[in-house]
Amino acid sequence: MSVEVSSAASGPSSFPGLSQAAWQDVAAEGALGAATPHDVDLSAEQLRSLYRLMALSRRVDRQAINLTRQGALGVFASSQGQEAAQVGAVFALEADDWLFPTYRETVGTFARGVDVVELLALFSGSWHCGFDPYKYRVAPLTTPLATQALHAVGLAMAARIKHDPIVALTFFGDGAASEGDAHEALNMAGVYGAPVVFVVQNNGYAISVPYRLQTKASSIALRAAGVGIPGIRVDGNDVVSVYGAVKTAVDRARRGDGPTLVEAVTYRLEAHTTADDTSRYRSDDEATEWRGRDPVERFLRVLREGGVVDDAFVAEVEAEGEATAARMRDFLFDAPAGDPREMFDHVYAARTPQLDIERALLEQELRAAEES
Amino acid sequence: MELTMAGALNAALRDSMRDDDSVVVYGEDVGRLGGVFRVTDGLQAEMGTDRCFDTPVAEAGIAGTALGMALYGLRPVVEMQFDGFSYPALNQVISHVAKYRNRTRGRVGLPLVIRIPYGGGIGAVEHHSESPEAYYAHTAGLTVVSPGTPADAYALLRASIAFDDPVIFLEPKRRYWLKEELDLPVAAPPIGEAIVRREGTTATVIAYGPMVTTALEAATRASDEQGWELEVVDVRTLSPLDMGTLVASATKTGRALVVHEAARFVGYGAEIAAELSERAFGYLAAPVLRVTGFDVPYPSAKIERHFLPDADRILDAVGRLLEY
Repeated sequence: MSVEVSSAASGPSSFPGLSQAAWQDVAAEGALGAATPHDVDLSAEQLRSLYRLMALSRRVDRQAINLTRQGALGVFASSQGQEAAQVGAVFALEADDWLFPTYRETVGTFARGVDVVELLALFSGSWHCGFDPYKYRVAPLTTPLATQALHAVGLAMAARIKHDPIVALTFFGDGAASEGDAHEALNMAGVYGAPVVFVVQNNGYAISVPYRLQTKASSIALRAAGVGIPGIRVDGNDVVSVYGAVKTAVDRARRGDGPTLVEAVTYRLEAHTTADDTSRYRSDDEATEWRGRDPVERFLRVLREGGVVDDAFVAEVEAEGEATAARMRDFLFDAPAGDPREMFDHVYAARTPQLDIERALLEQELRAAEES
Repeated sequence: MELTMAGALNAALRDSMRDDDSVVVYGEDVGRLGGVFRVTDGLQAEMGTDRCFDTPVAEAGIAGTALGMALYGLRPVVEMQFDGFSYPALNQVISHVAKYRNRTRGRVGLPLVIRIPYGGGIGAVEHHSESPEAYYAHTAGLTVVSPGTPADAYALLRASIAFDDPVIFLEPKRRYWLKEELDLPVAAPPIGEAIVRREGTTATVIAYGPMVTTALEAATRASDEQGWELEVVDVRTLSPLDMGTLVASATKTGRALVVHEAARFVGYGAEIAAELSERAFGYLAAPVLRVTGFDVPYPSAKIERHFLPDADRILDAVGRLLEY
C-alpha cells in the first residue's frame, strides 16, 4: 500500500497576494467554513522583514543540519518547509508578548530574536536551555509534547490577573494535538478567557505516523468548537495568510476576548530529526509536490513580481545568512563542555546538604582524573 | 485557640494571601465549596475570584498552568483533590516543575506549591488513600514536605508558599481533624529540618505525616506497658532530608526504625535505613527496621486497618530491635 498523501495536502492552498490573506473559520457548531479573503496591513518594509526572517531561518536550518552531520550538534529537528507558519505567527507578536515553542520551532524562536547559538544549546548538548527566558520572553524549547501549551495558558492567566495586556503564543504539532495536555490547555484557556494563541502546525506527520492516524477529524481547527473558542484553518505555507490569521487571534486575545486555535497546514520537507529516515514512511512524490509549495521561494516570487524586493536586497539577505551561518560554525564547533560541577548548582535556589556531598564526590573524581 | 489541622492549613492559606498579593489558590472545588476537606473554606469570599478559583477537572492542567503563573511572578498554591488523582499531573511535575530552574541554568525559579491530601485511614473508596511520597522525593528539584501536627501544618505551609522552589505539600488527610492549641501565627521551622517530638533512649522511631501521631501513641504505650523510652523523630521535610537529626538520634539510642503507610519495597524508609547504615553503622546495635504498609494495592475500606501500620506493629518491631 502506498503511503496516503497526508490530509494536510487538502488544506487551503490560496495564495492571494501581498496584502490579501485568506483563511477558513470554524463555525460555533463545528463546521469549517469556506476560505474567505481578508485585507492584511503589512507595509513593504514589513514584507521585506518577513522575507528576511524566512530566508535567514532557512539558512540557519541548513547550517544546523550540516553541523549535526559534522558532529557539532547531537541531533536537530528541521523546520524547513515550515518557515511561513513559524515566522508569520511570531511576527504577529508585540515586544512584551511571550512565546512557548517546542523543539520544532527553532526557526520561529530565532525569528523572535533569540540568539542562534544560545538557541541551539539544546541540540549541541551544552545546556538544556541556553538562553534566558526573561530576556527574550521565550520559554525553553519543550520536548514532552503539548506540555508547554499549559504553561502558556498559566502565564496568560497570570497576566490577566495582573491586568497586563500581553498575549502568550504557543506552537504544537498535529501529533502533539493528540496529547491530553493539548485538550486541557485549549479547554482551560477557553474557560478563563486567557489571552493565548494556539498555533498548530499540521505538517502531516508525527515522526512517521500520518495525520489520518492521529485523528478521524478532517481538521485540528475543528477542536476549537468543542471547547467554545474560535478556530481558524490557514495555508501554513502562505506567510501573509498565517500572519493575518494569527494577528487576528493576537488582537482578539489582547482585547480580552480570549484564546484562538489556529491550524497552519504545512509540510516538513526534511526528516523528523537528523536521526530519522523518511523513506520508510512517505513517498518522494509527496515531498516533491510540497517542495513545489516551498514557502520561502513562493514568497520571494510574489515579492519580486510585486516589486517589493530587488536583487540587491535578496543578495543582502543572503550575505547576512552566510554571516549567521559562519557564526554558528564558529561558536558551535568545538564548543567547550562547561564545568560538570555546575550540574549541582541549579537544582534548587540553594545547594542541599546531599548535593554538597555529591559535588564533593565528583570533585574528587575530577581531581583524580587530572592527576592520572 | 484550638485548631484542627484543616483549620490550621486554612489559616495559613488566608494569612499568606493577605500578606502577599502574588499568592493565588486554585484547584477542583476549592472556590465556592471551599475544597472537599474545606481547607480553602472562605478564601474565595474574602479574596475574590482572581485569587481563589475553581478549575475544570484537569490535574495536568492545574500543575501546568501553575508553572506558567509562577513564570510570570505569581505564587500559585494549587490543590490535587486526592492523592490518587494527582498522577495525571506527574508529567508536568516531573518533566517541568522539578526541572525548570536547572533547565534554565538557574534563571527561572518556580515558587509554587502543590497541595495533596494523602494517605489512608478514612474508610475511603479506591484511589483515595494512596501514599505517593516516594515518587516526588525521588525527583531532583522537588522539595517535599509533610506536616504531622496542626502547628507544623500552619508553619510549614506558610514556609512552603514563601519558598523560592516548587514544594510538594503532602497533607495527611486522616489527621485533618487532629486538634491542637495554637497561637497564630506559629513561627515557621525552616524547610529541611526534622524535629525530635519525644525524647527517649531505648530506640528511635522515625515517622512523618500521618504516622507521627501513631508513633507518639506507640511511644506512650511503650513507656506505660514495657518501660521502653522511645525517641520519636518527625521528618517533616522528606526532601531535602535532615539526616543530621536522624543520625544524632540513632547514634544516641543505637536502634532505629522507620514507619510509613506507603508500601515497603523501594519506599521512603529504605532511603533512611540505607543512610543510617552508612552514617551510623558503628553506633547501631541492630539493623534499621521498616514498619510499613504492605506491597499490595491499597486495600478496600473494611480491611484497610490490617494494611496500615499501627502502634502494635511499631511495638512488635521495637521488640525485634531489642532482640539483637
